[in-house]
Amino acid sequence: MTQHNRAIFQPTGQIQFGIFFQGVNSGTIWKASESGSQTDFESFRRIVQTAERGKFAAFFLGEGLRLREHLGRPHALDVAGRPDAQTMLAALAAVTRNIGLVATQNTTYNDPADLAHRLSSLDLISGGRAAWNVVTTDNAWTGANFRRGGYLDHADRYKHAEAFVETAKRIWDSWETSSGPARPVLHEGQHYTVDVTPRLARSAQYRPVLFQAGDSPDGRDFAARQADVIFSAHPKFDDAVEFRRDIVARSVAAGRGANAVQIMPASEFILAATDQEAQEKKAWVRSLQIGPQQAIAYLEQFWGRELTEYDPDGPLPEIDPAVEETSETRGSGFHGAKARQLADQWRAEAKDKGLSIRQFVTSRTARVDATFTGSYTAIADHLSEYARVGAVDGFNISPWLIPTGLDDIVNHLVPELQERGVYPTDYRGTTLRENLGIETPVRSTESVPA
Amino acid sequence: MSTFEERKAGFLAIELDGAGYQNLAAAVLAAESAGFHAATFADAPAPGRVNALQRAAFVGPVTRNIALVPEVDTVYTEPFHISTQLASLDYVSGGRAGWIVTAVDSSEAAAAVGRSHVSGEALAQEAAASVEVGRRLWDSWEDDAVIRDVATGRYLDVDKLHYVDFETPADFAGPAYSVKGPSIIPRPLQGQLPVLAAASLVGEGLVPVDSVDAVLVSAPTPELLVAEVRDVRARLGAAVAVVAELDVVLDSRGQPAVSRFASSAESGSTAEAGRARFVGSSAGLADVLDSLLKEADGVRLHPAVLDVELEELSRLVLPELRQRGSLRAPLQDGTFRDLLGLERPASRYANTTIAAIGSEN
Repeated sequence: MTQHNRAIFQPTGQIQFGIFFQGVNSGTIWKASESGSQTDFESFRRIVQTAERGKFAAFFLGEGLRLREHLGRPHALDVAGRPDAQTMLAALAAVTRNIGLVATQNTTYNDPADLAHRLSSLDLISGGRAAWNVVTTDNAWTGANFRRGGYLDHADRYKHAEAFVETAKRIWDSWETSSGPARPVLHEGQHYTVDVTPRLARSAQYRPVLFQAGDSPDGRDFAARQADVIFSAHPKFDDAVEFRRDIVARSVAAGRGANAVQIMPASEFILAATDQEAQEKKAWVRSLQIGPQQAIAYLEQFWGRELTEYDPDGPLPEIDPAVEETSETRGSGFHGAKARQLADQWRAEAKDKGLSIRQFVTSRTARVDATFTGSYTAIADHLSEYARVGAVDGFNISPWLIPTGLDDIVNHLVPELQERGVYPTDYRGTTLRENLGIETPVRSTESVPA
Repeated sequence: MSTFEERKAGFLAIELDGAGYQNLAAAVLAAESAGFHAATFADAPAPGRVNALQRAAFVGPVTRNIALVPEVDTVYTEPFHISTQLASLDYVSGGRAGWIVTAVDSSEAAAAVGRSHVSGEALAQEAAASVEVGRRLWDSWEDDAVIRDVATGRYLDVDKLHYVDFETPADFAGPAYSVKGPSIIPRPLQGQLPVLAAASLVGEGLVPVDSVDAVLVSAPTPELLVAEVRDVRARLGAAVAVVAELDVVLDSRGQPAVSRFASSAESGSTAEAGRARFVGSSAGLADVLDSLLKEADGVRLHPAVLDVELEELSRLVLPELRQRGSLRAPLQDGTFRDLLGLERPASRYANTTIAAIGSEN
């Protein structure tokens, strides 16, 4: 192999899949007769083993720190309630061999030394298959469930998160050799101090793989400096290519290689034997995702008031929102917006297009940009284009059905992709790092105190 | 079998820390097939020791009858996380999870999370608060909170979800805190996981007796252990199960236990100070356990070398105890609560609405 210029991006010609078992969301259909339990271990076992049969790189779990609320009460309409990510992944490690196990874990309401230890535990137990999907929060509403309470300003959350990740990395890097001895790690931060002598040695993949999902400029810079993989929100082709360009530039600016950070956008697949059938399936999926009550509740979170007297099949409410900022559904990664302005804009748009409340909400909430709808062959051709130019390294699939939601992908789409030579026919190794093709980190000696 | 024999037949637990993480599945399967009723997982900070709750979770799907009981610290961990993690363990083990409550007294553990060192009476206060938070959160979803009602579009019946609104008591020694709730996970399969703690942590002014289901009792020698079991039972009452703690070193493969013990003591593998130790033959251990199981509800064994002792225990000791009728048969497909003879409790919040309506009459 010739020495590549590390500043120039090289497409691998391959894509991989991950699966994101969402747990708490409106995208997972619970109303269909084939919808299974969201909490029984059997649901998790069934879907992770299907993913492994399809040579998926990784299985993701989300993290819940406070139950979502709507108009001041727990939100009743969508799937809710999920197991702890690392506990579930430790159990799944026993019934899988190769698939990566990714725990979404918050930097605000975890302690760095404790989290680093638990992720190392998962990494060792699974034989080097653990990963951490780094997320941040700053709201005191979530903090109400924790000893420290709300303590972080919004502006500080990435600064805090980066210090947290650095500390975790130093804990994992603190071993002189793979078996020890470990050096103490000291971090004196704005919010607390960490002083710990690590107890667990390196795993088969050195340390857990890091995923990150932030999309703001700060989030992208954070990922470019710290992450191995970005779990992004840019799956549409042109957008994905542009996002790749941006991340490559930021990675190189951060002193890392152009290929150092992989990209796996969140996505939804609605597939069938023909394009026509796939479109029909999509209509069915959408009707179950957004029922009449979900449509009304969606508007309520922006109007800040009950709208149950409105007909879901009628026009948008003529009354104005009761709030200035929209924040009436909490815990959905929700960002406030100017309510009145939004309502005017939506009423105009719905009237213009002749959409009812339900039709309008469906058009808003469906993951329009993130959905691949079509025949197995058409989608396989389309994804091959991504692989050819290196627009992404893979896709993180959120199945809309649990636990059988990957069956058609694994049975029909994966073989098509394998025939086209753009998808792995087997796992390259036993660790997640090997399977993703991520370089083993170089131990950073300067970050270890003498 | 007569009622009397049923009453006195006890259960056996085994501490599996010696398994590390590489041979975990094999070790727990060996313990299960030997007829142990529960496996416990130590979690006090020690080099190379992997998180106990994750070790327990890992073996959940590969076992079927054995209860899985990790230690989880209450002082430097987040009660909300602990509650979710333990409920999740219950899900992945099919209702076989329990919790050994510990309150670590360690300045290193405090420094690791940037908190002041907690010691003395404050340890029990921290433990009591964490157990209370955990239990309230487990009850915070009533059993039938997930309704999946297509007609009304409701996945949850929000009347069956409850804020736990926990606040540390006014005399709390450490920094005060509160937990809002409800839990992020539906009620565990067992409703409430059995909670175990060292007897020294439980009682008046400590962790309240009614918030634990079993206590772990230690004494300096096997002879003193019976007396200590009786004392603890007298102190705490009949509602709490009593589990005696015993280190075991057995004659094995032609090597006398005394010489094995001498070499293990030399190599630095030591048991907890103050815990009774049996060193001797399998037959001698069977006698000791037989008399202990007449007094205690169960015994937890701490093998000197897991593989070696487990082989002797499964080949000679447990069959002998079953023969004598002092050891219960393994529970097929039961929960940990079943093993302890505990009913599945209703959520403490289950009748609040009905009570409120009733009070208006």
